[in-house]
Amino acid sequence: MSRTLPAAGSLARCRALGVAVLLGVALTSGVGASSAAAQNVLRVANSGEPDSLDPHQVSGNWEDRIVGDMFMGLTTEAADGTVIPGAAESWTISDDGLTYTFTLRDHTWSDGTPVTADDFVFGFRRILDPATAAEYAYLLYPIKNAEAINNGSQTDPEALGARAVDPKTLEITLEQPTSYFIELLTHYTSFPIPKHKVEELGDDWVKPGNIVGNGAYTVVEWVPNSQVRMAKNENFWDAENVAIDEVVYYPTEERNTGTKQFRAGEVDVQYDFASEQIDFLKENLPEATHISPGLAAYYYVFNTKEPPFDDVRVREALAMAVERDAITDKILRTGEIPAYNLVPPNTGTYGEPPQVEWADVPYQERVEQAKALLAEAGFGPDNPLKFTLRYNTSENHKKIAIAIAAMWKQLGVQAELFNTEVKVHYNDLQSHDFQVARAGWVADYNDPENFLTLLRTSTGPMNYGQYSNEEYDRLMAESDATTDEEARNELMRQAEALMLTELPLIPIYHYVDKNLVSPRVQGWVDNTKNKHWTRWLSLAE
Amino acid sequence: MIGYLVRRLMISVPTLLIIITVAFFMMRVAPGGPFDQERALPPEIERNMLAAYNLDAPLVVQYWDYLKGVVQGDFGPSFKYQDFSVAELLLSGFPASLRVGGIAIALAVVIGITLGTIAALRQNSGIDYAVMATAMTGITIPNFVMAPLLTLVLGVYLGWLPVAGWGGGAPQFLILPVIALALPQIAYIARLTRGSMIENLNANFVRTARAKGLRERIVVVRHALKGALLPVVSYLGPATAQIMTGSVVIETIFGIPGIGRYFVQAALNRDYTLVMGTVIVYAVLIILLNLVVDLLYGLLDPKVKQR
Repeated sequence: MSRTLPAAGSLARCRALGVAVLLGVALTSGVGASSAAAQNVLRVANSGEPDSLDPHQVSGNWEDRIVGDMFMGLTTEAADGTVIPGAAESWTISDDGLTYTFTLRDHTWSDGTPVTADDFVFGFRRILDPATAAEYAYLLYPIKNAEAINNGSQTDPEALGARAVDPKTLEITLEQPTSYFIELLTHYTSFPIPKHKVEELGDDWVKPGNIVGNGAYTVVEWVPNSQVRMAKNENFWDAENVAIDEVVYYPTEERNTGTKQFRAGEVDVQYDFASEQIDFLKENLPEATHISPGLAAYYYVFNTKEPPFDDVRVREALAMAVERDAITDKILRTGEIPAYNLVPPNTGTYGEPPQVEWADVPYQERVEQAKALLAEAGFGPDNPLKFTLRYNTSENHKKIAIAIAAMWKQLGVQAELFNTEVKVHYNDLQSHDFQVARAGWVADYNDPENFLTLLRTSTGPMNYGQYSNEEYDRLMAESDATTDEEARNELMRQAEALMLTELPLIPIYHYVDKNLVSPRVQGWVDNTKNKHWTRWLSLAE
Repeated sequence: MIGYLVRRLMISVPTLLIIITVAFFMMRVAPGGPFDQERALPPEIERNMLAAYNLDAPLVVQYWDYLKGVVQGDFGPSFKYQDFSVAELLLSGFPASLRVGGIAIALAVVIGITLGTIAALRQNSGIDYAVMATAMTGITIPNFVMAPLLTLVLGVYLGWLPVAGWGGGAPQFLILPVIALALPQIAYIARLTRGSMIENLNANFVRTARAKGLRERIVVVRHALKGALLPVVSYLGPATAQIMTGSVVIETIFGIPGIGRYFVQAALNRDYTLVMGTVIVYAVLIILLNLVVDLLYGLLDPKVKQR
């Protein structure tokens, strides 16, 4: 029996009709927000979704950008990253360096209510209140009694060394002279909080539509995982110099997508593009590719309380055998800087940092010296050094770990690699459950102390490797109390030089900031803090 | 039939309860907590944070509190996204995943069944091989390869469609993610349909239908296809649930604010309440869709009788 085919045409037509109807219904039911970029809107691929709009609940630099466009602390950053007056128009410091008196400029919150010194006191008290459980509260510990209030041993909030002398005058008293204090006040932990809004709305004050700020922009809309849209704050004290009307932050976590959006002209700025794109970008978008030194260090830390890493010879041998140029030039290739010390170049006014004494010794010679050191410490072909190298899961960390393990193999060292996700990794580092591990540190404020404090004995869990040196602690304490900047830098350099003879960690490289900035964005200045507040930017036609 | 429905729905309650319990306790086995990160929290702060979220209570107490909350519709706060509750996050994200996933599945069903049927009717012809070869590529090429490729061509080079973003759900933002999601599904469904259509076209009842002189179109559509759809329907139940709760990869690549990413992100962040929220959504969907599948079986297969 021969089969006759059904009129395939009619069958297909039925289906086609069905498809068309379905699609039509589905697509036209979409509430379409026009995607055409309105004039004077800056679109930013921001590399992460904010956890919150509350300055006391954020901790990432992507959140910093949003919150920092909305609020302004006593001091703030200019386009080139230098510290300039913000909410405070001037200040005086007492001779003993303990009392700072700020005169606030006349300005208002975005709803027109004047900003007063009370708002700053309210903000400080709120972030240090143990009930707020703010992760970053410790940054304010230089303020008198801040630490005591934050850990609950001081229950009277009035004891905090911050008081409003009058609505326009704020007086802050410190525990001891802190020469980076003015710099510290640019950080979001020091932002004022609108007391009147919090008292009126409680926790709901942060919701878009309720939230008010004293910065150049206010949040108009937050669609989770889609965008944060901010509009120019007409009540900003410097509004006439703010050129951009709207800024939209897209939480593009997938960096390659962000770069494609940039190439298609859908975003004007991408923060932190993926390293693998560098060759393509350098060749095709050279004016848009911005690479500049940052304030972050990448290192391997030793658990100095666990043999054989309590032996400085072992630590030094392993540190010498790392060929940093190979890592920065062959693996990363985005201009990262090989590191022979911890504090990144151009941090604060640190000047010329100390380096390990073998920084200029050619690599092969270093390898020989390293072998000799290991032999001295009792390791060799019949007693190979074996340990576990930990890192948190990431392609680049893996490549670097593999490369360094191979470099160590020349010494007869057998390093086993073990990666875990970032939470587990840092959890174990803080409980000192490791032998050798990768770590990174991004500065909270632009001062060498923020890096060197990692190695004080008193630092606790953040001193992952439990390094403890009395002379180091003494030098650092003395630098804390020194008001003269140059003398202070000198003391810190001495401390770091001392630390580098003991090598509790292996400095590997210093980070660079990698941003894509469209040529139509004007006013962008690369700086080590990677702060580019929208108020300084404008769009060319 | 109503009795069947009621019985099924009643069984699903204890099922859901077991799923919630197992997920709740299993989740806590993973080391680390929601507030661990690069910078160590001062112990007092960490204690305060844990207390604020009731994480310092005994596990059983937390479990009981959680159940009580769920029954009243309170899924708890998100530990990571502190301005939102889990319910708010899921409610704002689910429509996006649903829209992209729903359109993708609808497209996949229609196109897949059509292609599969055509291939089966013209078995071993050029068209058959072409359809099956395309299906094979659709299945083997991973969506994280296909999606960026589509984006590059249609978004960057041709500039016809936006590279990523949601734009409130406007049509142009839907096209690429829907295609990327639908392609592998079209492939699976086409293959499934073809296979079972071929089987059915050679079955006795089809021969009877033809012998009765029915038009070929009726034979294929009303008789052969109905039976052939059974394996497709079985596949579609869980597949729809999976697609509708969002694909992590597609949502990440296209920047779609759906709930797909929460499945992975919440786990990595140890955001316990959000993990539980996503588990519940997924479980409810699967239970409902399996029920629909079983009901469809009753419609499609005369051998199945609902008792």
